[in-house]
Amino acid sequence: MPVLQLPARFTRLRAMIVKEIWALLRDPKSRIVLVLPPLIQLFIFTFATTLDVKNVDIGLVDRSGGVHAQELLQRVEGSPRFRDVIVLPSMAAMEQAIDEQQVLAAIVIQDDFDQRLARGQSATLGLVLDGRRSNAAQIVAGYVSQIAGGYGAELAPISARQGGSSAVTHWYNPSLDYMWFTLPGLVALIISIAGIAITSQAVARERELGTFDQLMVSPMRVHEILIGMMMPPLLVGMFNGMLFLVVAQVAFGVPFTGSFFLFIVAMIFYQLALIGMGLLVSAMSMTQQQAFLGSFIVTVPLILLSGYAAPIENMPDWLQVITYADPVRYFLIIVQGLFLKAMPASVVFHQLWPLGVIALVSLSAAAWLFRARME
Amino acid sequence: MSEPATDPLPDPSIARAQASGSTGSAGGSSRRRLLALIVKEYAQIRRDPSTFLIAFAMPLLLLFLFGYAISLDPRETRVALVVQDDSAPAARLAQAYVHSPYFDVTPLNAVIPARALMEEGAIHGFVVIPPDFGRSVARGAPRPIQIVTDGTQPNQATFIASYAEGVRLNWMASEMAMRAGEARATGMGPPIDVSQRMWFNPGLQSRYFLVPGAIAIVMTMIGTLLTALVVAREWERGTMEALLATPMRMIEFILSKVLPYFLLGMGSMALCTVIAVTAFGLPFRGSIFALFAIAAAFLLPALGLGLFISAGTRNQFVASQVALLASFLPTFLLSGFIFEIGSMPWPIQALTYAVPARYLIPALQTVFMAGDIWPIILPNILIMLGFGLLFFILCFRATRRSLD
Repeated sequence: MPVLQLPARFTRLRAMIVKEIWALLRDPKSRIVLVLPPLIQLFIFTFATTLDVKNVDIGLVDRSGGVHAQELLQRVEGSPRFRDVIVLPSMAAMEQAIDEQQVLAAIVIQDDFDQRLARGQSATLGLVLDGRRSNAAQIVAGYVSQIAGGYGAELAPISARQGGSSAVTHWYNPSLDYMWFTLPGLVALIISIAGIAITSQAVARERELGTFDQLMVSPMRVHEILIGMMMPPLLVGMFNGMLFLVVAQVAFGVPFTGSFFLFIVAMIFYQLALIGMGLLVSAMSMTQQQAFLGSFIVTVPLILLSGYAAPIENMPDWLQVITYADPVRYFLIIVQGLFLKAMPASVVFHQLWPLGVIALVSLSAAAWLFRARME
Repeated sequence: MSEPATDPLPDPSIARAQASGSTGSAGGSSRRRLLALIVKEYAQIRRDPSTFLIAFAMPLLLLFLFGYAISLDPRETRVALVVQDDSAPAARLAQAYVHSPYFDVTPLNAVIPARALMEEGAIHGFVVIPPDFGRSVARGAPRPIQIVTDGTQPNQATFIASYAEGVRLNWMASEMAMRAGEARATGMGPPIDVSQRMWFNPGLQSRYFLVPGAIAIVMTMIGTLLTALVVAREWERGTMEALLATPMRMIEFILSKVLPYFLLGMGSMALCTVIAVTAFGLPFRGSIFALFAIAAAFLLPALGLGLFISAGTRNQFVASQVALLASFLPTFLLSGFIFEIGSMPWPIQALTYAVPARYLIPALQTVFMAGDIWPIILPNILIMLGFGLLFFILCFRATRRSLD
């Protein structure tokens, strides 16, 4: 008997997996939806999600009209960060230019600016910033301070320049190329969006069409059904992950310094955790619409709390605790490490086991919920 | 499973509307018909819990996340400090780092453990004060300190580099002051001092611009995503054909789909605004009228796009994915609310002009933080209305074509 039972169980499982893959790939529209949006997302995200600030228009009110003011103006104009320097005749014009967002910032040079510098005194440069975009404005303020500080240092007596210096090195990404940050992060993000959406939709669709009940009355066990349901998103996710890995290196030149094997292992753990969450969502929703909204409501916090959009350290402490339940958090560290830091297996493992725990908890909770629904 | 048939509310009025003349020439019957359709939509909205999820639970979640989770205001960044010199100046510099409000400092005595901490992401940078540092300071030619950052997060790396250098400069100034005595120290300030004033957001709270962005996302979700899903379901189930076979006119049909979600979107926006001002302490310096005008002007293209997507795809799964790609992501990425449009490469910049949210964000941020500055608000409203017109024309065509 047991000799016969084993193959039978495998045939059942195989049939279930084949059926699931067909269900996903049958419709040409959904076939396209599986691969095309992730690729479009990868390209648009990559180019759009830069927190760099470039090509800024800046205003200037020059009340001194002296040589130092002129020199400073030329340095600002020469900086690649700024696009145009718009000379504004008065403070009222400056106010209007900021109000109407013609300029993000305006430099105000007081009338005694040149005289003070000529006398060797320190002079003050006024800088008005548009706080509606306070983040970009702050970065612009940094650029202006740098230019002013550099010019000031040249004017200063020699003794002040004997203050020593510091040698700055950026590890893993020496030129601070923003894409080297964006692309590995996007691998984690886009896979999470697709993984949860596909899983939750697959079950909800069967439920809405009534075929889920048919599955439940078949001789299939709950765990067999669940494994069958897990295969398509797992395969699609692996495929997209590999694709991104290649695109990141070939099209965007991001180095992959870590182990490919570790990447695959981490991907599987990550996907299982995501699929577990997707199955939980689908177990709780009755229609496709609910499943979609549910997956959205789960995915958005997962991404925002992952540390990609803003460092976890900036969050309030109680919120930082919640991020420990977020699979994206762990995979983000792994994928950044494997791309740029040649992260060794021991460090990867530190991030891997929490993913395993999340996968285990969410998958068993989903199995329990399905079983409870069956009765 | 046909929706109108199972709804107890609209049935009689639809029947009456049909009875009172299918030509639609009588103004009264046409209005009644429209009313009946709206009542049907309303009943559908009320019956489906997911609508409330998206119109009220999700806005609260988004506001909460953008109010708390995404903070671009740096708190203490974790760095390590490797001090390889035991002189007094080195100790004073080390103290300056420990006391800096920008850093959470882990003291180490070698570079090797710092490397391991960087690898696992436990610290984001470290500063090395080299051996012989104290004596070199005494000689008047201080050896350079080393600042190493984790370049995997470029913005944080820049932040650490500039603030670590800032701490050193301050320390330098106080060292010099100590040696030169108080008299010279007063003249020791930087030759050109930049005094900055941040208008509209003097406390530099990233919340101020993130929360209006969250409101934009909420309106996008209700306008485009929810509408696309609900209407795609009607197409998928065939109830749309049943609706289109009734004597109602196209304009009535579109209005009946648009009005309930328009009101839902406005209600949700108002709720978010109240929470933003009361719970998150955002300023509201413009007028309510301007806010509603801006929101209404944005909801038209959002709803038009949602209807167009549903008519074009007629499949809930595909509609949801397309709506996500065509509405949520552009609003999030290409509207300029987090990521500066000016810094994007030009093809992407060109793409942002086709994103209605790009015109909503500056108007919304202005009405919250700056006030009613019509030279900004009015052009943006007009462009959004233009997009609305375009999407509704597309929508008319897609629906009409599908009847053939």
